[in-house]
Amino acid sequence: MIDLTKETFEAEVLQATGPVFVDFYSDGCEPCKALEPFVKEMHAQYGDKMTFAGLNTTKARRLAISQKVLGLPVMAIYKNGEKVEELVKEDCTHENIQAMIKRHL
Amino acid sequence: MNQKIYDVLIIGAGPAGLSAALYAGRSRLSALIIEKEKDGGQIVITAEIDNYPGSLPHESGPSLVARMVEQTKRFGAEKVFDTVVEAHLKDDIKRLVGKKGEYLGRTVIVATGAHPRPIGCPGEADLIGKGVSYCATCDGDFFQDLEIFVVGGGDTAVEEAVYLTKFGRKVTIIHRRDELRAVKSIQEKAFANPKIRFMWDSVVTALEGDGVLEAMTVKNVKTGEETVIRADEEDGTFGVFGFVGLIPESSLFTDLLTMRNGYLITDDNMHTNIPGVFAAGDIREKSLRQVITAAADGAIAAMEANTYIEGTCLVNEPAASAEKERVHS
Repeated sequence: MIDLTKETFEAEVLQATGPVFVDFYSDGCEPCKALEPFVKEMHAQYGDKMTFAGLNTTKARRLAISQKVLGLPVMAIYKNGEKVEELVKEDCTHENIQAMIKRHL
Repeated sequence: MNQKIYDVLIIGAGPAGLSAALYAGRSRLSALIIEKEKDGGQIVITAEIDNYPGSLPHESGPSLVARMVEQTKRFGAEKVFDTVVEAHLKDDIKRLVGKKGEYLGRTVIVATGAHPRPIGCPGEADLIGKGVSYCATCDGDFFQDLEIFVVGGGDTAVEEAVYLTKFGRKVTIIHRRDELRAVKSIQEKAFANPKIRFMWDSVVTALEGDGVLEAMTVKNVKTGEETVIRADEEDGTFGVFGFVGLIPESSLFTDLLTMRNGYLITDDNMHTNIPGVFAAGDIREKSLRQVITAAADGAIAAMEANTYIEGTCLVNEPAASAEKERVHS
Protein backbone atom coordinates (compact mmCIF):
# COMPACT_ATOMS: atom_id res chain seq x y z
CA MET A 1 0.00 0.00 0.00
CA ILE A 2 1.20 3.49 -0.78
CA ASP A 3 1.78 5.67 2.27
CA LEU A 4 0.49 9.05 1.09
CA THR A 5 1.59 12.47 2.34
CA LYS A 6 0.31 15.92 1.58
CA GLU A 7 3.19 16.27 -0.87
CA THR A 8 2.47 13.05 -2.80
CA PHE A 9 -1.37 12.99 -2.76
CA GLU A 10 -1.68 15.01 -5.99
CA ALA A 11 0.66 12.79 -8.01
CA GLU A 12 -0.27 9.42 -6.50
CA VAL A 13 -4.04 9.89 -6.33
CA LEU A 14 -5.31 12.80 -8.41
CA GLN A 15 -2.93 12.29 -11.36
CA ALA A 16 -3.01 8.51 -11.24
CA THR A 17 -4.20 6.34 -14.09
CA GLY A 18 -6.76 3.80 -13.01
CA PRO A 19 -8.79 3.66 -9.80
CA VAL A 20 -7.14 4.47 -6.46
CA PHE A 21 -8.52 3.29 -3.11
CA VAL A 22 -7.67 5.75 -0.32
CA ASP A 23 -7.96 4.84 3.37
CA PHE A 24 -8.15 8.12 5.36
CA TYR A 25 -7.08 7.47 8.96
CA SER A 26 -5.40 9.24 11.88
CA ASP A 27 -3.30 8.52 14.95
CA GLY A 28 -6.24 8.91 17.33
CA CYS A 29 -8.87 7.01 15.34
CA GLU A 30 -9.42 3.57 16.88
CA PRO A 31 -12.17 2.52 14.43
CA CYS A 32 -9.62 3.21 11.66
CA LYS A 33 -7.05 0.97 13.33
CA ALA A 34 -9.65 -1.78 13.64
CA LEU A 35 -10.25 -1.62 9.88
CA GLU A 36 -6.58 -1.71 8.91
CA PRO A 37 -6.19 -5.50 8.70
CA PHE A 38 -9.26 -5.72 6.48
CA VAL A 39 -7.97 -3.00 4.15
CA LYS A 40 -4.70 -4.95 3.87
CA GLU A 41 -6.72 -8.04 3.02
CA MET A 42 -8.52 -6.10 0.29
CA HIS A 43 -5.16 -4.90 -1.01
CA ALA A 44 -3.92 -8.48 -1.20
CA GLN A 45 -7.05 -9.53 -3.03
CA TYR A 46 -7.57 -6.63 -5.45
CA GLY A 47 -4.16 -4.91 -5.47
CA ASP A 48 -3.44 -6.05 -9.03
CA LYS A 49 -6.51 -4.24 -10.35
CA MET A 50 -6.60 -1.14 -8.17
CA THR A 51 -4.01 1.02 -6.45
CA PHE A 52 -4.31 1.00 -2.64
CA ALA A 53 -3.13 3.96 -0.57
CA GLY A 54 -3.53 5.40 2.92
CA LEU A 55 -3.40 8.98 4.17
CA ASN A 56 -2.70 9.82 7.81
CA THR A 57 -4.81 12.94 8.18
CA THR A 58 -3.08 13.93 11.43
CA LYS A 59 -0.25 15.18 9.26
CA ALA A 60 -2.42 16.40 6.39
CA ARG A 61 -5.41 18.10 7.95
CA ARG A 62 -5.88 20.82 5.34
CA LEU A 63 -5.58 18.34 2.51
CA ALA A 64 -8.21 16.13 4.17
CA ILE A 65 -10.60 19.05 4.58
CA SER A 66 -10.04 20.01 0.91
CA GLN A 67 -11.18 16.47 0.09
CA LYS A 68 -14.25 17.08 2.31
CA VAL A 69 -12.99 14.61 4.87
CA LEU A 70 -13.76 15.94 8.36
CA GLY A 71 -14.55 12.71 10.09
CA LEU A 72 -13.00 9.26 10.20
CA PRO A 73 -12.82 6.57 9.07
CA VAL A 74 -13.30 7.35 5.38
CA MET A 75 -12.71 4.82 2.63
CA ALA A 76 -12.78 6.46 -0.81
CA ILE A 77 -12.18 5.62 -4.43
CA TYR A 78 -10.68 8.15 -6.83
CA LYS A 79 -10.78 8.02 -10.62
CA ASN A 80 -9.38 10.60 -13.02
CA GLY A 81 -8.61 13.07 -10.26
CA GLU A 82 -12.01 12.90 -8.61
CA LYS A 83 -13.49 11.13 -5.64
CA VAL A 84 -16.14 8.93 -7.23
CA GLU A 85 -17.41 7.14 -4.14
CA GLU A 86 -16.76 7.14 -0.42
CA LEU A 87 -17.85 5.41 2.76
CA VAL A 88 -17.90 7.48 5.94
CA LYS A 89 -17.78 6.29 9.56
CA GLU A 90 -20.48 3.71 10.38
CA ASP A 91 -20.87 2.92 6.68
CA CYS A 92 -17.30 1.56 6.64
CA THR A 93 -18.32 -2.05 7.20
CA HIS A 94 -16.36 -4.92 5.68
CA GLU A 95 -19.24 -5.76 3.33
CA ASN A 96 -19.65 -2.17 2.17
CA ILE A 97 -15.94 -1.67 1.57
CA GLN A 98 -15.61 -4.82 -0.51
CA ALA A 99 -18.76 -4.02 -2.50
CA MET A 100 -17.49 -0.50 -3.24
CA ILE A 101 -14.13 -1.84 -4.45
CA LYS A 102 -15.86 -4.36 -6.73
CA ARG A 103 -17.97 -1.60 -8.30
CA HIS A 104 -14.85 0.25 -9.44
CA LEU A 105 -12.50 -2.53 -10.58
CA MET B 1 -19.01 -32.50 11.99
CA ASN B 2 -19.64 -31.89 15.65
CA GLN B 3 -19.71 -28.17 16.29
CA LYS B 4 -18.16 -26.98 19.52
CA ILE B 5 -20.67 -26.09 22.20
CA TYR B 6 -19.32 -23.27 24.34
CA ASP B 7 -20.32 -22.85 27.95
CA VAL B 8 -20.80 -19.13 27.38
CA LEU B 9 -21.36 -17.10 24.24
CA ILE B 10 -20.72 -13.42 24.88
CA ILE B 11 -22.05 -10.90 22.37
CA GLY B 12 -19.95 -7.74 22.47
CA ALA B 13 -16.35 -7.01 23.50
CA GLY B 14 -16.87 -3.86 25.53
CA PRO B 15 -16.05 -3.69 29.26
CA ALA B 16 -19.11 -5.82 30.12
CA GLY B 17 -18.30 -8.57 27.62
CA LEU B 18 -14.58 -8.55 28.43
CA SER B 19 -15.25 -8.78 32.19
CA ALA B 20 -17.69 -11.62 31.59
CA ALA B 21 -15.01 -13.41 29.54
CA LEU B 22 -12.45 -12.87 32.29
CA TYR B 23 -14.69 -14.29 35.00
CA ALA B 24 -15.86 -17.14 32.76
CA GLY B 25 -12.27 -18.00 31.94
CA ARG B 26 -11.25 -18.02 35.58
CA SER B 27 -14.17 -20.38 36.31
CA ARG B 28 -12.80 -22.65 33.58
CA LEU B 29 -15.84 -22.17 31.41
CA SER B 30 -15.22 -22.20 27.69
CA ALA B 31 -16.15 -18.76 26.42
CA LEU B 32 -16.47 -17.23 22.97
CA ILE B 33 -16.73 -13.47 22.51
CA ILE B 34 -18.52 -12.44 19.32
CA GLU B 35 -17.67 -8.85 18.41
CA LYS B 36 -18.99 -7.11 15.33
CA GLU B 37 -16.36 -4.46 14.82
CA LYS B 38 -13.70 -3.58 17.38
CA ASP B 39 -12.73 -4.36 20.95
CA GLY B 40 -13.81 -2.01 23.67
CA GLY B 41 -17.13 -0.69 22.46
CA GLN B 42 -17.81 2.92 23.25
CA ILE B 43 -14.78 3.47 25.45
CA VAL B 44 -12.38 3.23 22.53
CA ILE B 45 -13.82 6.52 21.33
CA THR B 46 -13.46 8.05 24.79
CA ALA B 47 -10.54 10.40 25.32
CA GLU B 48 -10.08 10.01 29.05
CA ILE B 49 -11.28 7.48 31.62
CA ASP B 50 -10.63 9.06 34.99
CA ASN B 51 -13.43 7.39 36.91
CA TYR B 52 -12.48 3.72 36.72
CA PRO B 53 -10.66 2.55 39.84
CA GLY B 54 -7.02 1.96 39.05
CA SER B 55 -7.04 4.03 35.86
CA LEU B 56 -3.67 5.59 35.17
CA PRO B 57 -3.65 9.41 35.22
CA HIS B 58 -5.20 10.60 31.94
CA GLU B 59 -5.81 7.01 30.94
CA SER B 60 -7.32 6.89 27.47
CA GLY B 61 -10.17 4.57 26.53
CA PRO B 62 -8.04 2.62 24.04
CA SER B 63 -5.21 2.03 26.53
CA LEU B 64 -7.62 0.74 29.19
CA VAL B 65 -9.29 -1.53 26.64
CA ALA B 66 -5.95 -2.89 25.47
CA ARG B 67 -5.15 -4.04 29.01
CA MET B 68 -8.62 -5.55 29.44
CA VAL B 69 -8.30 -7.49 26.17
CA GLU B 70 -4.86 -8.75 27.16
CA GLN B 71 -6.21 -9.90 30.52
CA THR B 72 -9.16 -11.82 29.05
CA LYS B 73 -6.82 -13.53 26.60
CA ARG B 74 -4.66 -14.70 29.48
CA PHE B 75 -7.62 -16.60 30.87
CA GLY B 76 -8.42 -18.36 27.66
CA ALA B 77 -11.45 -16.66 26.14
CA GLU B 78 -11.75 -17.11 22.39
CA LYS B 79 -12.93 -14.32 20.13
CA VAL B 80 -14.43 -14.06 16.69
CA PHE B 81 -15.27 -10.95 14.66
CA ASP B 82 -18.78 -11.43 13.36
CA THR B 83 -22.16 -9.70 13.44
CA VAL B 84 -24.93 -11.75 15.03
CA VAL B 85 -28.04 -11.55 12.86
CA GLU B 86 -30.24 -14.22 14.45
CA ALA B 87 -30.60 -15.40 18.05
CA HIS B 88 -32.26 -18.68 19.00
CA LEU B 89 -32.26 -18.59 22.77
CA LYS B 90 -35.11 -20.70 24.06
CA ASP B 91 -33.63 -24.19 23.82
CA ASP B 92 -31.06 -25.62 26.25
CA ILE B 93 -28.39 -25.18 23.61
CA LYS B 94 -28.57 -21.59 22.40
CA ARG B 95 -27.73 -20.87 18.76
CA LEU B 96 -26.48 -17.55 17.41
CA VAL B 97 -26.29 -17.05 13.67
CA GLY B 98 -23.70 -14.58 12.45
CA LYS B 99 -22.88 -13.31 8.98
CA LYS B 100 -19.83 -15.60 8.93
CA GLY B 101 -20.89 -18.61 10.98
CA GLU B 102 -23.06 -20.20 13.63
CA TYR B 103 -22.24 -20.45 17.30
CA LEU B 104 -23.63 -22.80 19.95
CA GLY B 105 -23.59 -22.23 23.67
CA ARG B 106 -25.19 -23.39 26.90
CA THR B 107 -25.60 -19.80 28.00
CA VAL B 108 -25.57 -16.40 26.31
CA ILE B 109 -24.45 -13.10 27.80
CA VAL B 110 -25.81 -10.15 25.86
CA ALA B 111 -23.32 -7.28 26.16
CA THR B 112 -24.15 -5.51 22.93
CA GLY B 113 -24.07 -2.04 24.47
CA ALA B 114 -25.34 1.09 22.85
CA HIS B 115 -24.33 3.63 20.22
CA PRO B 116 -24.56 7.43 20.24
CA ARG B 117 -27.98 8.93 19.65
CA PRO B 118 -28.13 11.42 16.75
CA ILE B 119 -28.83 15.05 17.62
CA GLY B 120 -32.05 14.65 15.68
CA CYS B 121 -32.42 17.53 13.23
CA PRO B 122 -32.71 17.99 9.47
CA GLY B 123 -29.42 17.89 7.58
CA GLU B 124 -27.59 15.92 10.26
CA ALA B 125 -27.36 12.56 8.49
CA ASP B 126 -25.83 14.03 5.32
CA LEU B 127 -23.15 15.90 7.25
CA ILE B 128 -21.79 13.07 9.41
CA GLY B 129 -18.04 13.10 8.88
CA LYS B 130 -18.43 16.48 7.15
CA GLY B 131 -18.50 18.55 10.32
CA VAL B 132 -20.95 16.50 12.38
CA SER B 133 -19.39 13.91 14.67
CA TYR B 134 -20.06 11.77 17.73
CA CYS B 135 -16.40 10.93 18.34
CA ALA B 136 -14.07 13.60 19.68
CA THR B 137 -10.96 11.39 19.64
CA CYS B 138 -11.61 10.40 16.01
CA ASP B 139 -12.40 13.78 14.56
CA GLY B 140 -11.27 16.48 17.00
CA ASP B 141 -8.04 17.29 15.21
CA PHE B 142 -9.80 18.28 11.98
CA PHE B 143 -11.08 21.31 13.87
CA GLN B 144 -7.70 22.65 14.94
CA ASP B 145 -8.18 26.42 15.42
CA LEU B 146 -11.77 26.24 14.17
CA GLU B 147 -14.99 26.75 16.12
CA ILE B 148 -16.50 23.69 17.80
CA PHE B 149 -19.97 23.18 19.23
CA VAL B 150 -20.86 20.35 21.59
CA VAL B 151 -24.50 19.36 21.98
CA GLY B 152 -25.52 17.90 25.34
CA GLY B 153 -25.05 18.53 29.04
CA GLY B 154 -24.24 15.17 30.60
CA ASP B 155 -20.89 13.73 31.69
CA THR B 156 -19.84 12.66 28.21
CA ALA B 157 -20.77 15.95 26.56
CA VAL B 158 -18.93 18.09 29.10
CA GLU B 159 -15.85 15.82 29.34
CA GLU B 160 -15.51 15.69 25.57
CA ALA B 161 -16.01 19.47 25.34
CA VAL B 162 -13.06 19.93 27.67
CA TYR B 163 -11.01 17.50 25.53
CA LEU B 164 -11.98 19.37 22.35
CA THR B 165 -10.51 22.62 23.70
CA LYS B 166 -7.15 21.04 22.76
CA PHE B 167 -8.16 21.65 19.15
CA GLY B 168 -10.87 24.28 18.73
CA ARG B 169 -10.19 27.99 19.26
CA LYS B 170 -13.52 28.08 21.09
CA VAL B 171 -15.84 25.31 22.24
CA THR B 172 -19.50 26.14 22.85
CA ILE B 173 -21.72 23.74 24.79
CA ILE B 174 -25.30 23.84 23.55
CA HIS B 175 -27.61 22.47 26.22
CA ARG B 176 -31.39 22.32 26.31
CA ARG B 177 -31.59 23.13 30.01
CA ASP B 178 -30.20 26.02 32.06
CA GLU B 179 -27.81 23.84 34.03
CA LEU B 180 -25.53 20.92 33.28
CA ARG B 181 -26.37 17.36 34.26
CA ALA B 182 -22.70 16.32 34.42
CA VAL B 183 -21.16 15.53 37.82
CA LYS B 184 -19.71 18.48 39.70
CA SER B 185 -16.02 17.66 39.18
CA ILE B 186 -16.51 17.62 35.41
CA GLN B 187 -18.58 20.81 35.51
CA GLU B 188 -15.81 22.54 37.45
CA LYS B 189 -13.28 21.63 34.74
CA ALA B 190 -15.58 23.10 32.09
CA PHE B 191 -16.37 26.31 33.98
CA ALA B 192 -12.66 26.85 34.66
CA ASN B 193 -11.71 26.47 31.00
CA PRO B 194 -11.42 29.86 29.27
CA LYS B 195 -12.12 28.34 25.84
CA ILE B 196 -15.54 26.96 26.84
CA ARG B 197 -18.75 28.99 26.35
CA PHE B 198 -22.36 27.98 26.91
CA MET B 199 -25.62 28.36 25.03
CA TRP B 200 -28.26 27.51 27.64
CA ASP B 201 -31.87 26.47 26.99
CA SER B 202 -30.95 25.78 23.39
CA VAL B 203 -31.46 23.00 20.86
CA VAL B 204 -30.09 22.54 17.34
CA THR B 205 -32.93 22.60 14.82
CA ALA B 206 -31.08 22.46 11.49
CA LEU B 207 -27.65 21.73 10.04
CA GLU B 208 -26.74 22.82 6.53
CA GLY B 209 -23.83 22.73 4.14
CA ASP B 210 -22.80 21.84 0.64
CA GLY B 211 -20.30 19.00 1.12
CA VAL B 212 -19.19 20.32 4.51
CA LEU B 213 -21.06 21.80 7.46
CA GLU B 214 -21.54 25.55 6.90
CA ALA B 215 -24.50 26.66 9.00
CA MET B 216 -26.50 25.64 12.04
CA THR B 217 -29.79 26.89 13.42
CA VAL B 218 -30.12 26.98 17.20
CA LYS B 219 -33.44 27.60 18.91
CA ASN B 220 -33.88 28.95 22.41
CA VAL B 221 -36.51 26.72 23.97
CA LYS B 222 -37.68 29.39 26.42
CA THR B 223 -38.05 32.34 24.06
CA GLY B 224 -38.54 30.44 20.79
CA GLU B 225 -35.93 32.67 19.20
CA GLU B 226 -33.85 31.10 16.43
CA THR B 227 -30.23 31.98 15.73
CA VAL B 228 -28.34 30.96 12.61
CA ILE B 229 -24.64 30.31 13.16
CA ARG B 230 -22.56 30.42 9.99
CA ALA B 231 -19.01 29.26 9.44
CA ASP B 232 -16.47 32.04 9.48
CA GLU B 233 -15.55 32.80 5.86
CA GLU B 234 -11.87 32.14 6.51
CA ASP B 235 -12.65 28.82 8.24
CA GLY B 236 -15.19 27.51 5.72
CA THR B 237 -16.60 25.09 8.27
CA PHE B 238 -16.96 24.28 11.97
CA GLY B 239 -17.51 21.20 14.08
CA VAL B 240 -20.67 19.98 15.80
CA PHE B 241 -20.20 17.07 18.22
CA GLY B 242 -23.34 15.39 19.51
CA PHE B 243 -23.42 13.68 22.92
CA VAL B 244 -27.14 13.54 23.62
CA GLY B 245 -27.47 10.01 24.89
CA LEU B 246 -27.49 6.47 23.63
CA ILE B 247 -29.51 4.03 21.57
CA PRO B 248 -29.35 0.44 22.88
CA GLU B 249 -28.28 -2.29 20.45
CA SER B 250 -31.20 -4.55 21.22
CA SER B 251 -33.18 -4.86 17.96
CA LEU B 252 -31.99 -8.47 17.58
CA PHE B 253 -33.94 -9.41 20.69
CA THR B 254 -37.29 -7.78 19.95
CA ASP B 255 -40.17 -10.09 21.01
CA LEU B 256 -37.60 -12.42 22.59
CA LEU B 257 -36.20 -10.61 25.62
CA THR B 258 -38.17 -8.26 27.83
CA MET B 259 -37.15 -4.64 27.37
CA ARG B 260 -38.17 -1.12 28.21
CA ASN B 261 -37.32 1.71 25.82
CA GLY B 262 -35.01 -0.74 24.07
CA TYR B 263 -33.01 -1.59 27.21
CA LEU B 264 -33.09 -5.21 28.42
CA ILE B 265 -34.69 -5.80 31.78
CA THR B 266 -32.84 -8.15 34.14
CA ASP B 267 -32.98 -8.97 37.81
CA ASP B 268 -30.12 -7.99 40.15
CA ASN B 269 -28.18 -11.04 38.96
CA MET B 270 -28.37 -10.16 35.25
CA HIS B 271 -30.95 -12.84 34.40
CA THR B 272 -33.22 -11.94 31.50
CA ASN B 273 -36.65 -13.50 31.05
CA ILE B 274 -35.08 -16.56 29.33
CA PRO B 275 -33.20 -19.07 31.54
CA GLY B 276 -29.51 -19.20 30.64
CA VAL B 277 -29.60 -15.80 28.92
CA PHE B 278 -28.03 -12.89 30.75
CA ALA B 279 -27.50 -9.22 29.94
CA ALA B 280 -24.63 -6.99 31.05
CA GLY B 281 -23.46 -3.42 30.57
CA ASP B 282 -25.09 -0.50 28.78
CA ILE B 283 -27.71 -2.73 27.14
CA ARG B 284 -29.38 -3.23 30.54
CA GLU B 285 -31.97 -0.95 31.98
CA LYS B 286 -30.16 0.68 34.90
CA SER B 287 -29.38 4.01 36.46
CA LEU B 288 -25.66 4.40 35.76
CA ARG B 289 -23.98 3.45 32.48
CA GLN B 290 -20.23 3.54 33.10
CA VAL B 291 -17.21 1.27 32.58
CA ILE B 292 -17.32 0.28 36.23
CA THR B 293 -20.98 -0.77 36.20
CA ALA B 294 -20.49 -2.59 32.89
CA ALA B 295 -17.54 -4.52 34.34
CA ALA B 296 -19.53 -5.40 37.46
CA ASP B 297 -22.47 -6.62 35.36
CA GLY B 298 -20.15 -8.77 33.25
CA ALA B 299 -18.61 -10.41 36.30
CA ILE B 300 -22.00 -11.19 37.84
CA ALA B 301 -23.40 -12.49 34.55
CA ALA B 302 -20.47 -14.89 34.11
CA MET B 303 -20.77 -16.24 37.64
CA GLU B 304 -24.52 -16.69 37.20
CA ALA B 305 -23.87 -18.47 33.90
CA ASN B 306 -21.55 -20.79 35.82
CA THR B 307 -24.22 -21.49 38.44
CA TYR B 308 -26.80 -22.07 35.72
CA ILE B 309 -24.55 -24.56 33.91
CA GLU B 310 -23.76 -26.44 37.11
CA GLY B 311 -27.44 -26.54 38.00
CA THR B 312 -28.87 -27.60 34.67
CA CYS B 313 -26.45 -29.08 32.20
CA LEU B 314 -24.37 -31.18 34.56
CA VAL B 315 -27.19 -32.48 36.69
CA ASN B 316 -29.92 -32.88 34.12
CA GLU B 317 -27.97 -33.73 31.01
CA PRO B 318 -25.29 -36.35 31.43
CA ALA B 319 -24.51 -36.22 27.71
CA ALA B 320 -23.88 -32.51 27.87
CA SER B 321 -21.69 -32.96 30.90
CA ALA B 322 -19.53 -35.48 29.07
CA GLU B 323 -19.20 -33.01 26.22
CA LYS B 324 -18.23 -30.31 28.71
CA GLU B 325 -15.50 -32.48 30.19
CA ARG B 326 -14.14 -33.11 26.74
CA VAL B 327 -14.07 -29.45 25.85
CA HIS B 328 -12.14 -28.68 28.99
CA SER B 329 -9.57 -31.42 28.72
